[in-house]
Amino acid sequence: MNNSTGFASYFQFKNVNWPNLEAAAWETIWMTVVAVVIVAIFGLLLGLLLFETRNSNSPLIKALNWIVSAFVNIFRSIPFIILIVLLLNFTQILVGSITGPKAAIPSLVFSAAPFYARLVEIAFREVDAGVIEAATAMGATRWQIIYKVLIPESLPALISGITVTAISLIGYTAMAGAIGAGGLGQLAYTDGFQSYNNAITLAATVAIVIIVMIFQLIGDRAVKHVDKR
Amino acid sequence: MIELKDLTKTFQTDDGEVHAVSDVNLTVNKGEVFGIVGFSGAGKSTLVRMLNGLETPTSGEVIINGTRIDNLGGTQLREKRRKIGMIFQHFNLLWSRTVLQNIMFPLELTNLTKNEREKKAQHLAELVGLGDRMHAYPSQLSGGQKQRVGIARALANDPDILISDEATSALDPQTTDEVLELLEDINKKLKLTIVIITHEMHVIRRLADTVAVMEDGKVIEKGSVAEVFTHPKEDLTKRFVNAEIDPTQTVDIREITKDLLQKYPDGLLVKLAFHGDQVQQPVVSEVIRKFPNLQLSILEGAIHQVADKATTIGSLYIQLLGPKDDIEKCLQFLQELRVETVVIQDEQ
Ligand SMILES: Nc1ncnc2c1ncn2[C@@H]1O[C@H](COP(=O)(O)OP(=O)(O)OP(=O)(O)O)[C@@H](O)[C@H]1O
Ligand SMILES: [Mg+2]
Repeated sequence: MNNSTGFASYFQFKNVNWPNLEAAAWETIWMTVVAVVIVAIFGLLLGLLLFETRNSNSPLIKALNWIVSAFVNIFRSIPFIILIVLLLNFTQILVGSITGPKAAIPSLVFSAAPFYARLVEIAFREVDAGVIEAATAMGATRWQIIYKVLIPESLPALISGITVTAISLIGYTAMAGAIGAGGLGQLAYTDGFQSYNNAITLAATVAIVIIVMIFQLIGDRAVKHVDKR
Repeated sequence: MIELKDLTKTFQTDDGEVHAVSDVNLTVNKGEVFGIVGFSGAGKSTLVRMLNGLETPTSGEVIINGTRIDNLGGTQLREKRRKIGMIFQHFNLLWSRTVLQNIMFPLELTNLTKNEREKKAQHLAELVGLGDRMHAYPSQLSGGQKQRVGIARALANDPDILISDEATSALDPQTTDEVLELLEDINKKLKLTIVIITHEMHVIRRLADTVAVMEDGKVIEKGSVAEVFTHPKEDLTKRFVNAEIDPTQTVDIREITKDLLQKYPDGLLVKLAFHGDQVQQPVVSEVIRKFPNLQLSILEGAIHQVADKATTIGSLYIQLLGPKDDIEKCLQFLQELRVETVVIQDEQ
C-alpha cells in the first residue's frame, strides 16, 4: 500500500513494464495515424462539399449545404465518450469487435472528420478570390481549380489543420483506451490508476506528451516547407 | 473583333438594384489598344468581365470574332476564355508556384506535353524580361516583376485579346511606364487586341489608340485618343484630360500664379494651348519681337504626345507685363496664330 500512495509513488519506475509501455505507445501511434489518414480524406471531401455548395442560388444545392452543415455540426458537438457508446453497434458491424485499437477507429473518425471539415472549409475560403477568378478566366474547369488552385494555395492551412486534428485525436485515443481500445490511455487507466501504480500513469503521460510533440514538430516542419508566401 | 450591343448589367443587392453597366455599345477593332477610363465604380470592371464571361449580362450581346459569347456555357465558354488573356491590378499569381510554373498554369489546361509547356513558358518568361528569375516565387518578386509574370501568363495560350484591369494601378510611376512599354511592345509584336481599363489618363495617353470614358455605367464619350485629348467634349473627359496635360493642377503653380497676380495686378497671366504643329512654331519669340514694350516671362510649359505619336499637345504659362494696349494686341495676335489662350484670374 505504501508503494501506491504519496508523491514518491510516481517515481517508482521499477514498477513500470517498459516493453508494455512501448507496445501501448505503438498502439496509440497506430490508432492516431490510421484515424488521421481517414479523417484527412473524409474531412477534405466534406470541407470541399461545404465550400463548393456555399452561397448558391439553386435550392437543391442549398439543401445539400444545409444537410452537410447540420451533419458536421451535430457530430462535432457530441462529446467523444458518448459518441463511442453511441456507435457501439455500428463499430461491431464494421470492425467485428468493440475492443482493441481497430474498434476505436470509427468513433475517432466520426468525431474528428467533421472538425477537420470545418478547418478545410475555412482554409479554402481564405484562398485569394482573385486567384480563383484568374484561373476561371484562363478557362479552368471546376475540378482543375480545386486541384490546381484551391488545394495547393491552401496547403499550409490544410496541414496545420490536420496537425491540430491529429493532436486532439491523440487525446481521444486515450479516452477510447480507458474503455478498452488499448494504447497508452488504457495502460494509464488499468495498469496505472486501477492497479495503484502511479509510476505507470506518469510514464504513459510522458509518452503521450512526447508523441504530441513529435506530431506537432512534423506538422510545423511540413507547413514551413510548403509555405512560399 | 469585339462588339458590344446594348450591354447592360444590373446587380440585385440588399440596397436595391445597382446599374453597373447600362446600354453600352462599343466596337473594338482588331489590333488596336482600346482604353476605358472612368472613376471608381463607373462600371469598367463589370464591363470587361462580361467579355470573358466572368459576369453574365442582364441584357445585350457580347460578340467576339463574330460569335456571341454571352450565352455560351461549359466547354465552349472555356475554350473562348483560353483565347482571351487577362491581367489584374493585384496580379493574382499563385504564391505556391514559381514564375515558370505560374506561366505554365494556362498551358496545363490544354493538351501540350510537359516538355512543350516548359519550352513555351521559358520563352514567355524571357519575352517579359524575367529569364533570370524563372525559379523565383512571387513573394520574392517586386510588383513590376509580378505583373510581368501576369502578362506572360496571359499570353501563354496565344490569345487574340488581352484584357488589362487596372494592371498598373498598384505600381509606382516608373514601374508603370515599364509595364506600359512592355504592353506596347507586345501589341506591336503579337498584333494583339488590347482592352485596357484605368483611372489614369496617363495610361491611355501612353498606350491607347481609342478611348471610351465611362460614368455611372454609361459610355459618355468615345473616340480616337488624339481626338479626345485635343477636343474633349464632356466635362468629365475634360477633367481627365486636364489632369494629365495641364500643370495648373499642381499645387506649386497654383501658389505661384496667386503670388504673381497679387504682386502685379496690372500684368496678365495667360495659358497658351498648342495643338499639333503649333508646338514647333516660334510663337514666343515672335511675340517678343512684335511687342518690344511687353515683358514676357515663362512660368511653366509642358508638352505631351499621345499614343499615335502624330498628335502633340503643349501648354505654356506666361506672364505679360506692360501697357494695357499692347497686352490686348498681343492676345489678338496669338489668336490670329490660332493658339488657344486662357486668361488666368485669381480664384478668390
Ligand atoms: N457582384 C456585385 N454585386 C453587387 N454590386 C456590384 C457587384 N460588382 C460590382 N458592383 C457594383 O457595380 C458598380 C460598378 O463596379 P465596377 O467594379 O465595375 O466599377 P469599376 O469602374 O471597375 O471601379 P474601380 O475603378 O473601383 O475598379 C459599383 O457600384 C459596384 O458597387
Ligand atoms: Mg474595377
